[in-house]
Amino acid sequence: MEKIKTVAEMAANGETPEILFWVGCAGSFDARAIKITRAFTKILQHLNINFAVLGKEEGCTGDPAKRAGNEFAYQMAAHTNIEILNAYEIKKIVTTCPHCFNILKNEYPELGGQYEVVHHATYLQELIDAGKIKIQGGGSFKGKRITFHDSCYLGRANDIYEAPREVLAILDAELVEMKKSKKNGMCCGAGGAQMFKEDEPGDARINAVRTEQALEVNPDIIAAACPFCMTMLSDGVTAKDKQKEVRVFDLAELIAHGQGLDSIL
Amino acid sequence: MLLKILQILVFNIIFLSTIYLAFKKAKQIYSNIQLGKAMKKDGSTNERIKNVLLIAFGQQKMFQNILPAILHFCIYVAFIITQIELIEIFIDGAIGSHRLLYHTFDDNHIFHFLYVGTISFIEILSVLAFIATIAFLSRRNLLKLPRFTKPELKGWPTKDANLILLFEIYLIACIFSMNIADQAMHIQEHGEGYGFLISGMIAPALSHLSYTLLHVWERIGWWGHIIGVFGFMLYLPHSKHLHILLAFPNTYFAKLTPKGQLSNLEAVTKEIKIMMNPDTAFAAPTEADATPVKFGAKDVFDLNQKHLLDAYTCTECGRCTSACPANQTGKKLSPRKIMMDTRDRLEEVGKNIQANGGQFVDDQKSLLSYITVEELRACTTCNACVQECPVLINPLDIIMELRRHLILEESNSPEEWNGMFSNIENNSAPWQFSQQDRLKWEEN
Repeated sequence: MEKIKTVAEMAANGETPEILFWVGCAGSFDARAIKITRAFTKILQHLNINFAVLGKEEGCTGDPAKRAGNEFAYQMAAHTNIEILNAYEIKKIVTTCPHCFNILKNEYPELGGQYEVVHHATYLQELIDAGKIKIQGGGSFKGKRITFHDSCYLGRANDIYEAPREVLAILDAELVEMKKSKKNGMCCGAGGAQMFKEDEPGDARINAVRTEQALEVNPDIIAAACPFCMTMLSDGVTAKDKQKEVRVFDLAELIAHGQGLDSIL
Repeated sequence: MLLKILQILVFNIIFLSTIYLAFKKAKQIYSNIQLGKAMKKDGSTNERIKNVLLIAFGQQKMFQNILPAILHFCIYVAFIITQIELIEIFIDGAIGSHRLLYHTFDDNHIFHFLYVGTISFIEILSVLAFIATIAFLSRRNLLKLPRFTKPELKGWPTKDANLILLFEIYLIACIFSMNIADQAMHIQEHGEGYGFLISGMIAPALSHLSYTLLHVWERIGWWGHIIGVFGFMLYLPHSKHLHILLAFPNTYFAKLTPKGQLSNLEAVTKEIKIMMNPDTAFAAPTEADATPVKFGAKDVFDLNQKHLLDAYTCTECGRCTSACPANQTGKKLSPRKIMMDTRDRLEEVGKNIQANGGQFVDDQKSLLSYITVEELRACTTCNACVQECPVLINPLDIIMELRRHLILEESNSPEEWNGMFSNIENNSAPWQFSQQDRLKWEEN
């Protein structure tokens, strides 16, 4: 991986990136999500896309605070981020996290942060449509069964169902749908700040139930497009002791692998 | 003749008092909804009208699941079309005529054809509605569908649901009694019935009965039906069944922005702006600042009018609850219960205001006396409940307002969340990582 440019470094040379890659907290700190960040970065670099990250100037969007009910912590975070984004005159943001995507796209504008915000599922689909991403012979996914888990914040929250599926379609794998998918897809259990606390009393964990639904279609790969879904589903698969047979990957990792930029299989 | 005058009198007295009582109750519901804060309308009116036409009129979202959708549609269409016949029944009752519309145009064959056609169509729909009602009753009481056996339906809500269904059977039975006996009489008088499709098939078999008996039978059917209709009008506002009316305004006022978009609390934005601005941060508070601002919702007054309309619109079908991941995994949260609790509390507040001469007197209760913290904490904000609702109710919005109150007004938060909040505030990440390390992922 080449060195990543930060927006500050570009600004020092009088440049602004065409695209700001919003890495997000999970993408920056979570060991598993970092792999997604790196895979997506490799794709961007491979295609010579003019992008940069905020690096040390990026901060949590405030999503978990807001969904927990702490509007104050959220708006403080948003205020800081918007000041930085506006100071750098950022126009377009791409992010690998549906939670960051949703809040930047839908909730920041009212607070003065107006940008074109794209989730990487849509961005990858656009690159595929433009013929920039091509996968020779379908990569090494031939004969593999992939099932896609819809992230609530991409799907129901923003009606993005087809883009991730179109991205997976170029892998030449066999796409299988879970019983509950798209609009009826079941949450992984992480949203609404559940990721940051213990479950309320109940008789099962949401991620366990969702993982069972995924395993029912006998996939080789469960594809996700959200770092939190990634954690939840990976934990679910491990809890079922299926981690050898069934792997959970992000769209970016699958595409990077298909392009020979990353090796995950 | 005396009997006829008596009937006109009785009808008009019942009719006018029903209208009066129904109007009074409707006004009360309206003013209860007005207790909420004004709602913000986004998007265009055209889009809203489109929602009303597709989702309320066309029942688009019901058709996610085809069988219940068709059954429900039968009852719905039967209900709507029966209103045409009801117009004549009302006129007949008010002035003491008998099938006024039919006899007004006695010599007009085209009109008779239309009249008989309409009543026949209503009869077909009534039979379909009857089948649907039986199916719905068995689904609740024999098949015991999971969404109909959840704890929040124990007691009155289950009775309410069954009562409405039995009521429908009663109305259908009355209207058929009326039509069958009336046609049997018509056969005796004119040698043939009116020609209504279904009652017309049964009437000849009864035409040998005495005219008086048929007449009494017809009157029982007619009066039974109209009293049933009046009863339904009075029962409706107290039941879960208000969706037959409120689905229309509710789909009109539903939000049009993406489901993932939550409102930003303006009061918080204002405070942050004051804090961030060095000129205002240390200035003496002005008069306007002195009014205490409430963050989030503790009671129905703090919700907005759409939330309250949602609560009255909910027919407790439970599609939201069956789709809720928290509920599916045995957690206490049920989005349907959130709606039912909101309505119950709102009714309680309304009665309180009525009993105290238009002023709410603190009853040491709030919406949070109905909804527990445990329920609110279980929500993943996944929007499955919002997606499911056939009439565009948004339980998540109410959950979020209550969550805001818990955190911002009561500092009632699980320890882990407090940690997450302070991490976001201090090091700009929900975990305890330094912002300085945000690019470490680059190093592998």
